[in-house]
Amino acid sequence: MNIHEYQAKDILKGYGVRIQEGIVVDTPAQAVEAARELNQQTGTKWFVIKAQIHAGGRGKGGGVKLAKTYDEVKEKSKAILGMQLITHQTGPEGKKVNKVLISEDVYYPGNNEPKEFYLSILLDRGRSCNVIMASTEGGMDIEEVAANSPEKIIKEWIDPRVGLQSFQARKIAFALGLEGDAHKEMVKFIGALYRAYVDTDSSMFEINPVLKTSDNKILAVDAKVNLDDNAMFRHKDFTSLRDLAEEDPLEVEASANDLNYVKLDGNVGCMVNGAGLAMATMDIIKLSGGEPANFLDVGGGANAKTVEAGFRIILKDPNVKAILINIFGGIVRCDRVANGVVEAYKNIGEIKVPIVVRLQGTNAEEGAKIIDESGLKVYSAVLLKDAAERIKDVLKEQAK
Amino acid sequence: MSVLVNKNSKVIVQGFTGSEGSFHAQQMIEYGTNVVGGVTPGKGGSQHLDRPVFNTVQDAVAATGANVSIIFVPPAFAADAIMEAADARIGVIIAITEGIPTKDMIYAKDYVKERGVTLIGPNCPGVMTADECKVGIMPGFIFTKGKIGIVSKSGTLTYEAVDQLTKAGLGQTTAIGIGGDPIIGTTTKEAVELLMNDPETEGIVMIGEIGGGMEAEAARWIKENGNRKPVVGFIAGQTAPKGRRMGHAGAIIGGADDTAAAKMQIMRDCGIYVAESPALIGETMVKALEDALVAKNEE
Repeated sequence: MNIHEYQAKDILKGYGVRIQEGIVVDTPAQAVEAARELNQQTGTKWFVIKAQIHAGGRGKGGGVKLAKTYDEVKEKSKAILGMQLITHQTGPEGKKVNKVLISEDVYYPGNNEPKEFYLSILLDRGRSCNVIMASTEGGMDIEEVAANSPEKIIKEWIDPRVGLQSFQARKIAFALGLEGDAHKEMVKFIGALYRAYVDTDSSMFEINPVLKTSDNKILAVDAKVNLDDNAMFRHKDFTSLRDLAEEDPLEVEASANDLNYVKLDGNVGCMVNGAGLAMATMDIIKLSGGEPANFLDVGGGANAKTVEAGFRIILKDPNVKAILINIFGGIVRCDRVANGVVEAYKNIGEIKVPIVVRLQGTNAEEGAKIIDESGLKVYSAVLLKDAAERIKDVLKEQAK
Repeated sequence: MSVLVNKNSKVIVQGFTGSEGSFHAQQMIEYGTNVVGGVTPGKGGSQHLDRPVFNTVQDAVAATGANVSIIFVPPAFAADAIMEAADARIGVIIAITEGIPTKDMIYAKDYVKERGVTLIGPNCPGVMTADECKVGIMPGFIFTKGKIGIVSKSGTLTYEAVDQLTKAGLGQTTAIGIGGDPIIGTTTKEAVELLMNDPETEGIVMIGEIGGGMEAEAARWIKENGNRKPVVGFIAGQTAPKGRRMGHAGAIIGGADDTAAAKMQIMRDCGIYVAESPALIGETMVKALEDALVAKNEE
């Protein structure tokens, strides 16, 4: 689960990670109040107004602005709140900004030049352990750094038996070229960050940039935190961090029905049991000349109710011109799924798009018979190859 | 011969008396698997499905000589169950459970490795040796004894491949569902290696998906070891968008290296027959075997 910057910073602060202080608001009037409060708390004279959406690249898209007066705070937060923010991660339609984080200015002048770094913690799947990645190239996209100057990325792998050791944090801080107080601060920062990562069952922390201020403090200017969905049962308090406005409405509806659905941009909807087969079915759609409109795994317990819920969600997508249902019955019985399809079809009323149903495995023939004898405008197939051909035919017919 | 499980395997079921455990244990017994008992803490001493229930894996091993365990324990307790089986020196642990926290699996995998036992899964359909032994949830009736081994991250996509191989008249030796999580006990390469060394297996189907580097690692290993048997590969998720999790916890494109296209290219470069469509896995294997036969005759 992704969370917002202000939520991530709240969590980090609780573990003693120094952060750029800020107050989240949803109106320009509140923004000014927040700025005054921050001024009292931290002495900051300038403020940074940051759009709170899950996508990265907010600065380039105009979602992060510096304000030097309270009037500017009001004016600039007014401009950002409600805007449709477009970044390289939002897609062309952008994301609506509902909240802004009013933050202290941490790039103030002093004895030293402020310096930005990059720090992240994530799972190394190949080694089955966590890895801390750091770089002197703060503020830059790490994938770019990895492609252009991989030698600038420092990695420390964490032995699961003993956890992060002090020498590892020291190694990273030295490799980042830090000395004196800044070095000590960074060691502390990394230790607290790793503790937070493990404690919260996170699957990714990305702090970009980490800042060394002009007076040698180390703090998180931004924070991207991804929590492990599988561990939510241990962190009941985190469920309130979910922001439904950040998710596609169809995906929200699907998850309420225990369906695993991802909305895509294509024209052929699909409903499948099993994640691997669902991805493979999307591939079949593409190879048949269509584009998948979604990923939808109805799971091992596909029945009339889940099939109907799936249908309703797929049909709400106006781009869908055909639907492919692909079920390989192991535990799931195909005749039951077939009955579910017929029932759902009748409950929903008229379905205008053609449907191809491919049933294979347990009771496949009985299932096909139910579909064929239902009198509905549904094409049945047994082999995956046949289903692909049917989809091809349907799309060709529509193109005429 | 076969790999991991066979007719001599003595299998216990952890989470034996739960609904999942009961249902699948019954199916396994009907297939002919030698299920010697099960473990449910607190229910030791009772009988379930005409077999003894034990409080601990250690008790079960002492009483039955079990050497394989299948785990149907809920996600919050599954890593503990895996470690309990490893502690009792069960040689092959097969974890079906989906949804185990990654942190738990980091510890469990390390624990299992340290004890030198084999873990398959989690989040997998299990392991099946045709006509001998089913330790998992795969539908038995689609299998026929034959000559192709299967390694797969996905459940129903494995059934698809099995079905196509049966219809192509090739049949199967052992199908290994390695699981779709970011951390799994046995990697694609390790599973392929087992099948490569199995004299009964004449060809290997390797089914992967987006995310991670396991298929590339397996492909390179196959090439470095001289492509001793024809291998057919398929990668699901050619149309998946970057950065979105596609059902499986591990099925997420992180960078340029773990897309379906990148993995398929590496497989081709390593001499693997790549099935472009999941509908062509069986046909591609028929062709791969024919090519191998021609090559052998020309030698």
